[in-house]
Amino acid sequence: MEEVEMAAKKRDEERVASAPAYFDNIHTKRKLLSLINFILLAAGSLLILSPIWWMISTSLKSMAEVMTYPPTFYPHEWNWGNYIKTWKAAPFDTYAINTITITMLVVIGSVLVNSFIAYGFAKVPFKGRGILFAIVLSTMMIPGFVTLIPQYVLFSKLQWINTYYPLVVPAFFGSAFFIFLLRQFYMTIPNELIEAAKIEGASHFRIWWTIGLPLTKPALATVAIFSFNGAWNDFLGPLLYLNDENLYTLQLGLQVFKGEMNTQWNYLMAGSLLVLLPVIILFFFFQKYFIQGINLQSGGK
Amino acid sequence: MRKKLNYKRMEGLQGYVFILPWIVGFIAFTAGPLIFSFAASFTNYNITSQMDFIGFKNYENLFTADNLFWTSLYNTLYYVLFSIPLTTAGAIFLSALLNQDVPGIRFFRTIYYLPAVLSGVGVYLLWMQLLDPGTGLVNTALGWFGIPGPNWLFDPDWTKPALIFMKMWSVGGGMLLYLASMQGVSKSLYEAAKIDGASSWQQFRFITIPMITPVIFFDIVTSLIGGFQIFQEAYVMSNGEGGPVNSMLFYNLYMWKKAFESFDMGYAMAMSWILFIIVFLITIINLKLAPRWVHYEGEER
Repeated sequence: MEEVEMAAKKRDEERVASAPAYFDNIHTKRKLLSLINFILLAAGSLLILSPIWWMISTSLKSMAEVMTYPPTFYPHEWNWGNYIKTWKAAPFDTYAINTITITMLVVIGSVLVNSFIAYGFAKVPFKGRGILFAIVLSTMMIPGFVTLIPQYVLFSKLQWINTYYPLVVPAFFGSAFFIFLLRQFYMTIPNELIEAAKIEGASHFRIWWTIGLPLTKPALATVAIFSFNGAWNDFLGPLLYLNDENLYTLQLGLQVFKGEMNTQWNYLMAGSLLVLLPVIILFFFFQKYFIQGINLQSGGK
Repeated sequence: MRKKLNYKRMEGLQGYVFILPWIVGFIAFTAGPLIFSFAASFTNYNITSQMDFIGFKNYENLFTADNLFWTSLYNTLYYVLFSIPLTTAGAIFLSALLNQDVPGIRFFRTIYYLPAVLSGVGVYLLWMQLLDPGTGLVNTALGWFGIPGPNWLFDPDWTKPALIFMKMWSVGGGMLLYLASMQGVSKSLYEAAKIDGASSWQQFRFITIPMITPVIFFDIVTSLIGGFQIFQEAYVMSNGEGGPVNSMLFYNLYMWKKAFESFDMGYAMAMSWILFIIVFLITIINLKLAPRWVHYEGEER
């Protein structure tokens, strides 16, 4: 017993004696690791950004320069006119107006309706709430095409083909992911606040409108951005439901433009960039709401 | 007492009003279509004229008489089996790098996340240009190292690796999920490990990884569900054909062609149910395997 204690003591003493050298060593090692980390991250971000640079660079080149071999890394001549030519080569203004209309309606519907539904699931006790919420979550596991085909049948029977209804109306009936996201956020609001309003005689609808909506603004911003992105980038919906070129969205227009331009990459890249630009701008301004959405998502498990 | 009971009932009623939009949407756009689709999968439904009961004929034909069904299933499995381990490992590695204190860390996080918010036809067009054998950036860059790049989207052996490559670009989406979870790991665990002399790698392997297994689990489950549904990129990048040599004919793309090009609706709906069953079984297997490797905090194992 004593021997063991002695040995332990001796080891401790040795450790203390060698501590400065040990910590010095750790310090330089840590610095070196941090430097390697920085270099890896910097090299990686160049790799990540290079496609975007390539898109900008290609969009400004003349067709002759696009075809030169080996390709040039930046344009010798900056043809800003490519953007105007692209925009005029197809009815992009019509596409843009259509896309903005659809996107606006989808965002308004998503924000209001999902907030309303989520409030009910989070703050109003009623029979069967747990089971119904479990059903909400389980619908997220259904592969989209399983419902897409019968939905198409439904919408075609309703004479909704070649209208915006199939793209907009479902947004006014809630989406499982957003209900989940907003419910998570509502759960962080203390019940005392709701109870106090109830004692003062307010109905839940009033509480939702006057307390719920303002308090969940950050989460609503997340829903707004995600639904904006979803509607703006939606290709499958318009492809399926819109036939008339006057109704086309930017995504669909770009696909048609791709067919017309063949491999005129400068115009194609200019068109792609113009379509992606609103999303890129939104990302840089409202990054924290994007990240919040992810955090709410992972906090739910 | 009576008043209180009345209030409870009133409150319950309000609860149903809150979730009413979801209930209506669920019946109209999910449950109803599911029932219809299940029934129609046993018919020769073609949306306009015929809907005769034909028993298991559609399912039988799919398994025994349709080579393209197997091709599309193979393509999809190929994509899922390679893309999910790669994106999961890539996202974990990246978030480990981004979870350190290095200068400019916020900037790096923004850059790596950016591609994850970009989607739609613009991105697919960009990658078609990047992967262009003659004028694209990827083969140009490979050329600097003396590597002759493949023909990517024009070579049936390389189309699926090309799509996986493209998927890797947006690995930053998963990264954010892991980063949030890594930042939630208690510092005291690392400090205790340091005192015991654990190396950085050992800390990562035996503390970080076990602590983030719930998020790894969530990521794998959702990416599997998503991976099986790959459609848009394959549609745009193969002009809706799934070529060359059906190498990009993924399950959903084949189903799309059956449903909306040849209007073989009953057949396509049978396909969609097979996909549903596959996804469902994989999710169940995942849930069953989870206790073996997923570590939940506060749980003794």
